[in-house]
Amino acid sequence: MLAKKILKRIPQMLIVLFGISFLTFLLTYIAPGDPAEAMYEAAGILPTEQQLETARISMGLDKPFAVQYFNWITGVMRGDLGMSFSKNIPVAAALGQRLLPTLKVALLSMAMMMAVSVPLGVLSAVHKDGIADYIVRFLAFFGISVPGFWLGLLLMRFFGLTLRWFPVVSSRAGFKEMILPCLTLAIAMSAKYTRQVRASVLEELSQDYVIGARARGIRYRKILWRHVFKNSLLPLITLLGISFGSLLGGTSIVEIIFSYPGLGNLAVDAVRARDYPLIQGFVLWIALIYMLVNLVVDLSYDLIDPRIREAR
Amino acid sequence: MKKTFAFLKSHKAFTVYLILVLLIVLISIFAKQIAPFDPTASKLRDAFQAPSAEHRFGTDFLGRDLYSRVIYGTRVSISSALILVAAAMLLGGLMGIIAGFAGGGVDSFIMRLCDTMLAFPDLILAIAIAGILGPSFGNAIIAILAVSWTKYARLARSTVLKIKQRDYIAAARTTGSKDSHILTAYLIPNALPTLLTTAMLDIGTTMLSVSSLSFLGFGIQPPTPEWGYMLSEGRAYIQTAPWLMTYPGLAILITVVAFNLLGDSIRDILDPGTRRSHKKKEKVRKQSVSA
Repeated sequence: MLAKKILKRIPQMLIVLFGISFLTFLLTYIAPGDPAEAMYEAAGILPTEQQLETARISMGLDKPFAVQYFNWITGVMRGDLGMSFSKNIPVAAALGQRLLPTLKVALLSMAMMMAVSVPLGVLSAVHKDGIADYIVRFLAFFGISVPGFWLGLLLMRFFGLTLRWFPVVSSRAGFKEMILPCLTLAIAMSAKYTRQVRASVLEELSQDYVIGARARGIRYRKILWRHVFKNSLLPLITLLGISFGSLLGGTSIVEIIFSYPGLGNLAVDAVRARDYPLIQGFVLWIALIYMLVNLVVDLSYDLIDPRIREAR
Repeated sequence: MKKTFAFLKSHKAFTVYLILVLLIVLISIFAKQIAPFDPTASKLRDAFQAPSAEHRFGTDFLGRDLYSRVIYGTRVSISSALILVAAAMLLGGLMGIIAGFAGGGVDSFIMRLCDTMLAFPDLILAIAIAGILGPSFGNAIIAILAVSWTKYARLARSTVLKIKQRDYIAAARTTGSKDSHILTAYLIPNALPTLLTTAMLDIGTTMLSVSSLSFLGFGIQPPTPEWGYMLSEGRAYIQTAPWLMTYPGLAILITVVAFNLLGDSIRDILDPGTRRSHKKKEKVRKQSVSA
């Protein structure tokens, strides 16, 4: 049953991946600037016209677009994403190096976010229109409006420079180095999720079964934690999946601020150096991640929520 | 005039936020009159001066007056956010209405396009596009637009699909109305309020996207004063000249908060449905419990 569903999704995923690969290749093809020139520029060499010509031929740039795309995509299918000329290593290796640090940040910041937004969201919903609710809503509003890069700088200045609790530069990617970048991400996400949890719990509290349970004299606390809480987390799964996916794509701003060696930092480097093979590889990676996350989210609903399972 | 006044009086929160936003807009229009210095004139002798009577927010690494730069920064942020949101609403709204109205192949093509765009985290795709096209303000606008129109397309499409089933559309068709008449007379006016509310709520977020791109160096290019870029310039001097990150950051925060508050209050006025239905439900529940 589950395997069948996955199999059904594969062709659709391949089509989207194919479309994205084509679009990114097209974009880099029509982009202003010459990749051969960019390569020499990255190496710090001023090339002669003849050097450029040989480089263009060796990079296959003299061939028509369709041939170039075909060569690239067959390479991709063999796992060869080309060479990153700014880093001077294969694109796949450049991406691979950044995978573990990115995954670590994604997991830690999601954990921090959940630890903040679930209790606050429930509290706010249970005391709707009370003092606690107003305070939580006020905090959430500010969290949404504050620019992430400013928040990162403020945290860096306070915890890194004034208190000296955490290192300011996180290029080693150890646990202590991860705290500030993850905190920055978690605060920004918490604002959104606290609102979501609150709305979700309120929605669930207004369901008929809650009235029924109360009428039968079941304690409010028990209804809240046994039933309402569990059910209200269900709609969050999709959102969590999307957040996790975008975290796996790298978080450029925070990574730049704290010099963290994640994928977002790599992407910005690639864009600055006009390293087209690396940009293409990065975009493909994001697309792949996103589709896998979507698939897992859909399947998890099947596993968790019996209502959906039966409806299908 | 009297009506407007009565409306403003009955919606006090809206009025306060509106005045706040208008104030910020006025600052951007009259930046030249308000700012005491030329925001791009550097005077290296005056570099890194702490806030004082002459330089209210201090000076930056080129000796430029930070107060004047923050005032001028209002221009770029507000104009780019307004242009972007309007463009995204028009483009997305049009695509969505076409998709919903035409149905079939056109519909699925536009929707697949939306899906593909949604496959990317907002900022990352914008960075990639801005990077491929080359860093410039125009390209940053294109990059953010490419990511943000899909939301409006989905909204417009769902509204059109909902209205298409109504009896009065069928009536219009049987009395011989043309497609173009149905579009302009019924579908567009019906989709507009939702799109406008979403657009208002989007201005703050869009501002943040623009300054984020500028912070990374892919948006507004120096020497034009822009808050995000000013923050990235000040980052290197976080310890020696903290005012370089305090004031531009506060400026972004205040502006985004003002626009978000205005957006929220407009939604509450235009779309009280969510609230009312909730209250109704509560009433029904109370009755059922008491019965």
